[in-house]
Amino acid sequence: MDNAPINIVVIEDDKPIRRFLSTTLEAEGIHVHEAETGKQGLVDVATRKPDLIILDLGLPDMDGVEVIRRLREWCALPILVLSARAQESEKVAALDAGADDYLTKPFGVAECLARIRVLLRRHSGQGTAAQSEFAFGDVKIDLAARMVFKAGEPVHLTPIEYRLLTTLIRHAGRVLTHRELLREVWGPSHSESSQYLRVYMGHLRQKLEDEPALPRFIVTETGVGYRLLAG
Amino acid sequence: MSEYRPDPDQLLEEIQRDEAQATRGRLKIFFGGCAGVGKTWAMLAAAQAKVREGAVVVAGVVETHGRAETAAMLAGLQQLPPRHIEYRGKRLPEFDLDSALLIKPALMLIDEFAHSNVPGSRHPKRWQDVEELLSAGIDVYTTLNVQHLESLNDIVGQITGIVVRETVPDRVFDAADEVTLVDLPPDELLARLQAGKVYLPQQAERATQHFFRKGNLLALRELALRRTADRVDAQMRAYRADQSIRPVWQARERLLVCVGPGNCAEKLVRSGARLAASLHADWLAIYVETPALQRQGEAERARTLKALKLAQELGAETSVLAGVDLPATLLAYAQSRNASKLVVGKSQRGMLHRLWRQPLSERLAHAARDVDVYVVAHELDDGKPAATGPARSMLFDTGTPRRKRYGIVAALAACGITSLIAAGLVDMFDLANVAMLYLLAVVLVAVRFGRRAGALAAVTSVGAFDFFFVPPRMSLRVSDTQYLLTFVVMLAVALIIGQLAARLRFEATVATYRERRTRALYELGRELAGALTAPQVVEIGARQLAALFQSDVQLFVPDSMDKLQAAGEGGAFDAGLAQWAFDHQQPAGLGTHTLPASVAHYLPLRAPMRVRGVLALIPRMAAAGAAQQIFQPEQQRLLETCASQIALSLERVHYVEVAQDAIVAMEAERLRNGVLSAVSHDLRTPLTSLLGLASLLEAGHVHGEQQQELTTAIRQEAERMNRLVINLLDMARLQSGVKLNKAWQLLDEVIGSAARAVESVLLRHVLKVALPADLPMLAFDAVLIERVFVNLLENAAKYTPPGSVVTIAARHSGGMIEVTVSDDGPGLPAGRAEQLFAKFARGESESATPGVGLGLAICRTIIEAHGGTIQAHNLAPDSGKHGAAFTFTLPAGNPPALPEA
Repeated sequence: MDNAPINIVVIEDDKPIRRFLSTTLEAEGIHVHEAETGKQGLVDVATRKPDLIILDLGLPDMDGVEVIRRLREWCALPILVLSARAQESEKVAALDAGADDYLTKPFGVAECLARIRVLLRRHSGQGTAAQSEFAFGDVKIDLAARMVFKAGEPVHLTPIEYRLLTTLIRHAGRVLTHRELLREVWGPSHSESSQYLRVYMGHLRQKLEDEPALPRFIVTETGVGYRLLAG
Repeated sequence: MSEYRPDPDQLLEEIQRDEAQATRGRLKIFFGGCAGVGKTWAMLAAAQAKVREGAVVVAGVVETHGRAETAAMLAGLQQLPPRHIEYRGKRLPEFDLDSALLIKPALMLIDEFAHSNVPGSRHPKRWQDVEELLSAGIDVYTTLNVQHLESLNDIVGQITGIVVRETVPDRVFDAADEVTLVDLPPDELLARLQAGKVYLPQQAERATQHFFRKGNLLALRELALRRTADRVDAQMRAYRADQSIRPVWQARERLLVCVGPGNCAEKLVRSGARLAASLHADWLAIYVETPALQRQGEAERARTLKALKLAQELGAETSVLAGVDLPATLLAYAQSRNASKLVVGKSQRGMLHRLWRQPLSERLAHAARDVDVYVVAHELDDGKPAATGPARSMLFDTGTPRRKRYGIVAALAACGITSLIAAGLVDMFDLANVAMLYLLAVVLVAVRFGRRAGALAAVTSVGAFDFFFVPPRMSLRVSDTQYLLTFVVMLAVALIIGQLAARLRFEATVATYRERRTRALYELGRELAGALTAPQVVEIGARQLAALFQSDVQLFVPDSMDKLQAAGEGGAFDAGLAQWAFDHQQPAGLGTHTLPASVAHYLPLRAPMRVRGVLALIPRMAAAGAAQQIFQPEQQRLLETCASQIALSLERVHYVEVAQDAIVAMEAERLRNGVLSAVSHDLRTPLTSLLGLASLLEAGHVHGEQQQELTTAIRQEAERMNRLVINLLDMARLQSGVKLNKAWQLLDEVIGSAARAVESVLLRHVLKVALPADLPMLAFDAVLIERVFVNLLENAAKYTPPGSVVTIAARHSGGMIEVTVSDDGPGLPAGRAEQLFAKFARGESESATPGVGLGLAICRTIIEAHGGTIQAHNLAPDSGKHGAAFTFTLPAGNPPALPEA
């Protein structure tokens, strides 16, 4: 991580989870501020000037999505949402409201740290947008030359496939909902036809993955969207 | 099913209803010898006394007839306004039963018990209104004159010369809780009359003047006194019987009244009723249909039916029998019903007829051994023997006029044909033999077409024989007197044979009728026995009865709120009346006392436990005769038998359902216990390891590599528990109703995400995906189908050794896509493939392999919600493969057009 100490506000009503998170994060040299309720969390975010917010969707006093909406009114800080399984629609709602990524309970330390790292990196301006090259597995993308290579061989991508790929690269490591992807690749008018997205995603996998049916990089978050696993 | 489960509210309601029945209102009758003795006044005086006691008293109907002293007694009493009913353009005031039931006072005053209601009221008679008030728990005071008592009606008519039509059945009078005799000596009554204190309707003044003669008044007074004394006597005896510790068993007398065809039948029935009452005996009224009586006209028949109905109202059990020999039939029936006394009417036939045939009473007396025969005398016929309309049987359809016409034609034809044949034979044979030919024809006609046709054939044959063959031929003259004997013999033979044939045919008809009845009952019983559900019973009942009674039939069955629901469509059936019949457990509509003007007859379906519904039927034949046909005692009994069969079947079905509910509840209980034990086992196992491992770490005895192992174990146990909890939650969610979030999906995408989800479990297995390139998009809920793959893959990982290959394949199969997840492990236990999909099932019954066995049940629920199927089988060993395969299908559908890449 960086030299300057990183501040994170954890808004979570369950004490063991707060404890587990703060222990994990402090071991990484991160300052953690714990908030038990949504209201307390909003106050903490305003006063502690954190770099990232970890927010549980099931809070006793407020709806998690409502907390996100309030935060987004005045700050652009990355928000990582914690949610229970089998609540895909809730996750999508949180992401659409402005959350940056989510973690499904129960989760492991490694997963949690990876997500935090991706979000912090993006936010601190070390994002991938400025890079001219990007690589995952044996795939290399020369963004300046608009060239894609797999195992050293050039791969031909259609314009849409290429736009899809670069969108994923811009948000590498982060989940992108169907709606986000459709809006960024096809424009705002196509935000509802998610089967297009699936078909093109399939084509990308055919061209870039070793075993398209068991992808290692372009993975599906069922019911939510897609994620490019890289790095 | 759940609607048959008894709920506490309903039970409470039933208990309250029973209590209501127990607290039936009390009936007090102010009984008098004739009008003007002061019954209404006495009733009002008693009511005023009640008011002073603080009771709520409402005057339902009180006729003051403009008498000031009566009107004065009415002061201070609450009066119920009358209801006005339109009848023939007039608005007539009538007692408002519904409002009375609504107000529900403690005591209600109803004047003139015997009053007939305006047509269109709920009941034809006021005493029936009173019955309903009583059953609603309202006490009633009412007034009654002796001449209105059913059994005394004709006696009073004889004494006074005035017959009143408004009568009250004796049983109602006898059932009254109290009877108060209001008595006034005739002289005083006459004095009151003179003083104008007795109400006399203007138009009937003269007749009434005739009525109020001292002789009449004395007789009426005596009748009233005697009737009241009878009642007191009966009460006394009942009291004694109640008090005695061991009541002596008394053989009850049983009286059999034989109702004849004459117009004295009603009189006979009344006499029988009085006799039965004085003997304290049960009584039966029967009508025996003999071949002779079968030829009766419509009016006669109606009269007989009326007499039987009267008998029924007077408390008799009625029936119609068929028999050739009247005394024998009567005595056989008397013996079978243990009747010790026979009551018959006196023969009205003349002396000549008596010489020819003994009257019934004498024949009976002759044949009877242990039965007393009473002969009731009556006056000579006061009416002409009406014989209008075609003859028809009371029991069954028989000869029609058409048949008679055929008989005449046949007789003439037979005669003609015989003459032709005889003409050909007369040269070869003797004349006596030709006569035999004619005789044969006569016999055939008589056998086939009955007595009349036979006689006609005989006469024409004799004529033809004489005319064509007896010398001198072609003339009716007879030269040889011996042919006269031939004529006489032919005629006699024809008549005797005709008589015999008619009797035979009658017996055959009776047998056929009985057979048909028995068969109908048998058919109904057989079909009902096979019925498994209430709608089946209803359907069978309606169909069979419609055919049997030539009627439109509708069955009403109660729902869980005891509201009747019509089973089926159509017909002019009145659900309200059906509900009344159901609530009061009494027949209603056509042919009953309740709304007799309606077109349908409503019969409650009484079963031992409770009323199960209402049977309604509308006679299909439009003629009034058809309705009568149904309400004959025999048909009525048949109908009741059928109704009780249907009721029994409904009750049986009901209890079958109750039993099934109990079984389902037990099953659910068993399952719940299974869930609890399985869940507690499978949750406790990882929890135990977690606790143990954690405390090991806590103690700080383990270090280095060992510590690493322990923490890995903790993580694995926790993951295992997580999977279990996920399945439990999934099952719970799916059971509360699957809501599909369908979208067009690529199968490989879902397989990919499922594979990633089970990565840690499937680490030591090899996963192969072999999907065809042209697999279309499918419409499914991606999250749920991912669960199916996750569960199938986890199962494969769980039940196959490390290093096994798990393969996912798919192919087109008809309109479906068939997906198979197979492994090369040990395969499924033989014969248990289907059971695996049951909740909490596992391949091996006692196994160390964790998991509650919910996975496959979840898969099945999800796949079936998508309109597919899921099956498990072992790979065929002869194909060189082994292992288990799970195959599910999903509908292919029509995927949307997609843009070219």
